[in-house]
Amino acid sequence: MTDRRPTGSAGATTAASVPDLASDLERALAGLAVRAPETLAPATMVAVGLADRYAELPSPLGPIVVAWNGRGISWVDRAGDPGAFEARFAATVGRPLARSDAVPGDLARAIAARLAGNRRVRIRLDLRGRTEFETAVLMKALEIPRGEVRPYGWIAAEIGRPKAVRAVGTALAHNPVPLVIPCHRVVRSDGSIGQYSLGGPAAKRTILAAEGLDPESLEAGARAGIRFLGSDTTHVVCLPTCHNAKRITPRHRVPFRSLAAAASSGYRACRECRPASGSAAVAA
Amino acid sequence: MDADVALAARLASDLDGSFGALVATHEGRLYTIALRLLGDPRDAEDVAQDAFVRAYRAMSGYDADRIRQLRLRPWLASIVVNLSRNRRRRLDERTPPLQLEPIVEAGWEPPGSGDRASPHARAARRETLRTLAAALAELPPGPRAAVVLRHVDGLSVAETAAALDRPEGTVKAQVSRGLAQLRLHLAHDPDLAAHRRELSA
Repeated sequence: MTDRRPTGSAGATTAASVPDLASDLERALAGLAVRAPETLAPATMVAVGLADRYAELPSPLGPIVVAWNGRGISWVDRAGDPGAFEARFAATVGRPLARSDAVPGDLARAIAARLAGNRRVRIRLDLRGRTEFETAVLMKALEIPRGEVRPYGWIAAEIGRPKAVRAVGTALAHNPVPLVIPCHRVVRSDGSIGQYSLGGPAAKRTILAAEGLDPESLEAGARAGIRFLGSDTTHVVCLPTCHNAKRITPRHRVPFRSLAAAASSGYRACRECRPASGSAAVAA
Repeated sequence: MDADVALAARLASDLDGSFGALVATHEGRLYTIALRLLGDPRDAEDVAQDAFVRAYRAMSGYDADRIRQLRLRPWLASIVVNLSRNRRRRLDERTPPLQLEPIVEAGWEPPGSGDRASPHARAARRETLRTLAAALAELPPGPRAAVVLRHVDGLSVAETAAALDRPEGTVKAQVSRGLAQLRLHLAHDPDLAAHRRELSA
């Protein structure tokens, strides 16, 4: 680099520290380089899905923790000790995780709409790391309407793996985004409530009750051997919690233990809850 | 340059594991390019982030050989220039061009001045760079992008041409046209003239 020691008066010394834009424009332009804001790199890593953020949200089960990145919601867990949650996330997902003030508005709104039963709302989920089978199970569970339940075997039959009932249960037990993917709406094939990763059977009852189901009568019906409900006016047979079954007045409600029994009485399967998939569960 | 070749090789073998290094190495220049093209720090941060996301997405679809052959500096510059152009177009449709405060953070340091420069001289230097940033912001888009990549970011003529997808001859012409317009603008800047008078008084 050339030494430009000032040669003249004190005035020239001062002038030397001010870039002479006319003669040294190119070098002065290099001085317009600035540092990136500190927020850019972390936000970028989150945007590409190589790091996650988390914050709390209210839910029917009380406050929950939601983690997300640019690909969507990556984790849902019970709120509580943030250290314990961070440890679980680190052990299972392993990406860098940082606490944030709030869940981004679009994600929070989508979660709220989903919990309220609106299945048309688009929701972005980060299901990386799941097998194809696990993803199929989770996506199928996403279709179960609020206030209704389906047996594990129903999911297995619907995704074309009718014998994989136990694997369906395992896939749902490892659902990274419970509540958002409503694995609580999947119950045992004999009608009993079954397990729940987000706080056990008690929490599962709480959330189903909050969605308008009566878990007691659900289990009572199952104990009595009632697997299907038909209407003697329409001659359509449904799974017991199907919204079409709920519309049947007690006077016209006909319980069935099997689809075969319903079929021999001249009933056809409901096209919405597709109880044939449910009967595969009973067979399994 | 060699560091970029090594980085491209690392990205080719482990994109997720090396992407953080790409961000750390290039975030300053992508932000600078966006800031000098757009003028607004928030827009610049958005665009720089979007550029990294585009780069990540593109590399996710490339095979290892293609990633290894990427010339990261001009490639990333081309992404940020295109996104800045799109952003600017959207802004122009919405509102008349804004008069934005040009940002100067790290001042131009003449050799040997360092910490010995008086507060007065430092303030003068900041003021000069502010004026320069404002003059740059008033260049037409073509010459401005060429000058920003060639002289603010420091790409070679060949790299600038690659980033802007224009022939080298065009880039050279745009750079010298841009510099000439800057000189003209600065020669007639009343604040700068007042400053010079003050300093040499």
